[in-house]
This record gives sequence, C-alpha cells and structure tokens, in this order.
Amino acid sequence: MSSAPPPLRIRVLLFASYADLVSREEVEVLVPSPATVADVIARLRADVPGAHRLPDRPLAAVNQVHGRLTDPVADRDEVALLPPMAGG
Amino acid sequence: MNHLTHEPIEAAWLARQVAGAESGGITTFTGVVRNHQDGRSVTRLEYSAFEPMADAECARIVSEAESRWPVAVRLRHRLGQLAIGDVAVAIAVAGAHRGEAFDACRYVIEEVKQRVPIWKKEFYADNTVAWVDPTKRKHDVDAAALTERPPVVSAP
Repeated sequence: MSSAPPPLRIRVLLFASYADLVSREEVEVLVPSPATVADVIARLRADVPGAHRLPDRPLAAVNQVHGRLTDPVADRDEVALLPPMAGG
Repeated sequence: MNHLTHEPIEAAWLARQVAGAESGGITTFTGVVRNHQDGRSVTRLEYSAFEPMADAECARIVSEAESRWPVAVRLRHRLGQLAIGDVAVAIAVAGAHRGEAFDACRYVIEEVKQRVPIWKKEFYADNTVAWVDPTKRKHDVDAAALTERPPVVSAP
C-alpha cells in the first residue's frame, strides 16, 4: 500500500474586483497532487469565504505567465486570477 | 518596471527615444483619460496592476512587434490615480517607412488591452465607483475583433 503524495501548496493572488469579492489579495490553497489550475480554483471557491462569488472559469496566470485552466500546477506555484483586463 | 510608471507620461519624450537617423516614420499612440463612458460622467480613474507580470507582458508585446516588423518600439503605461486628460498609455514606434510604423503601433495597443494585467476603476460624477469590464463594452469588443485579422502587409 503506497501512501498518497503530499498536497501541493499553491499561492493564489487576487486582484481588482476579485480581491474585492473575497476581501483578500492572497490566499494559500492546498490541493491533492496531481492538480490543475481548475482544481486550485475549485478548492478556493469551496473553502475560502466569499470566493464562491468568483467565476468558476476566470483568466489565470501561473508564475506570471498567462495559462489555461487545464495547465498542471506544482508545489509552491503562484496562481493569479485575473479579472477582465482594462489597460490602455 | 520599465513599462509601468506612477509618474506622468510624456509621449513626445518616448518618441525621441525611438527616433534614429534611419527612421523615416514615427507613429505614436496616446491613450488619454476621457470624461465619459457609456453615457455616464467620469471624474477620475485609478489603474492598478499585477506589476511584475504586467511589466513582463509589456516586454513580450514590444519584442513581438519588433520581431514582426522592422521597427523600434517604446511603451509606457501609467498606474495610480489619473485625472481627466491625463495620459494613461503611450506607444512610440519608429520604422524606415510609415506602413510598419502604423501597423506595429496598432498591434501593440490592441495586445496591451487584451493581455496586460492592468485594471481600471472609474469614479463617476454621482459618487459611484466601478471596475471596468471591457468584455461588456461594445467599442472595446469591436477593437478586440480587429486583432484577429492578419496584419496588413506594408508597402515600402
């Protein structure tokens, strides 16, 4: 019988309207390995007060590069949830 | 933070940075804070960003434009509190000819709007405040559709 791998520790960053919805700019989330960006978001929405108000398919960046919800995450990765961008 | 600043932006200064003896055409785009949006009276704006990623994404866009066209590009986006008439973003592009200078400048501003993690809070005359969502605005959605077309080939 093999023991389960340790959970992944992911730092989630929230900005602008998303930070307002959750009243936080940074949250640490633990997810079972292996996991995707979508798994991190699902865990965040389920566990953190107010986070259920976030969209379930937001734009996301992993380690400061635009990513997809199906991208895998690794321990200590930083996942940023990006509200619709409005520069320019 | 080469591409982001909390200080006023001088578009003319940016244009001087790209100008060279070989430049035959210099285009600049200046995005300015206007006093209205969707029929509402706007009194000021506040821009915020995921700063390290926004700066890196700006650098990627500049580098894409410079590899796609024979041009030199500079880009600055302002953050923080802005008043009506303030410059929010400026782009300067120098090329040997006008075609590539116009095309690259248009490319850079459209990519900035779609990819750079910057957010805008609008303050209205009736004392309400809202985060801007360009995906719900007709003008910006139309502009976004333009970037899906292949680039216009420049005539020399």
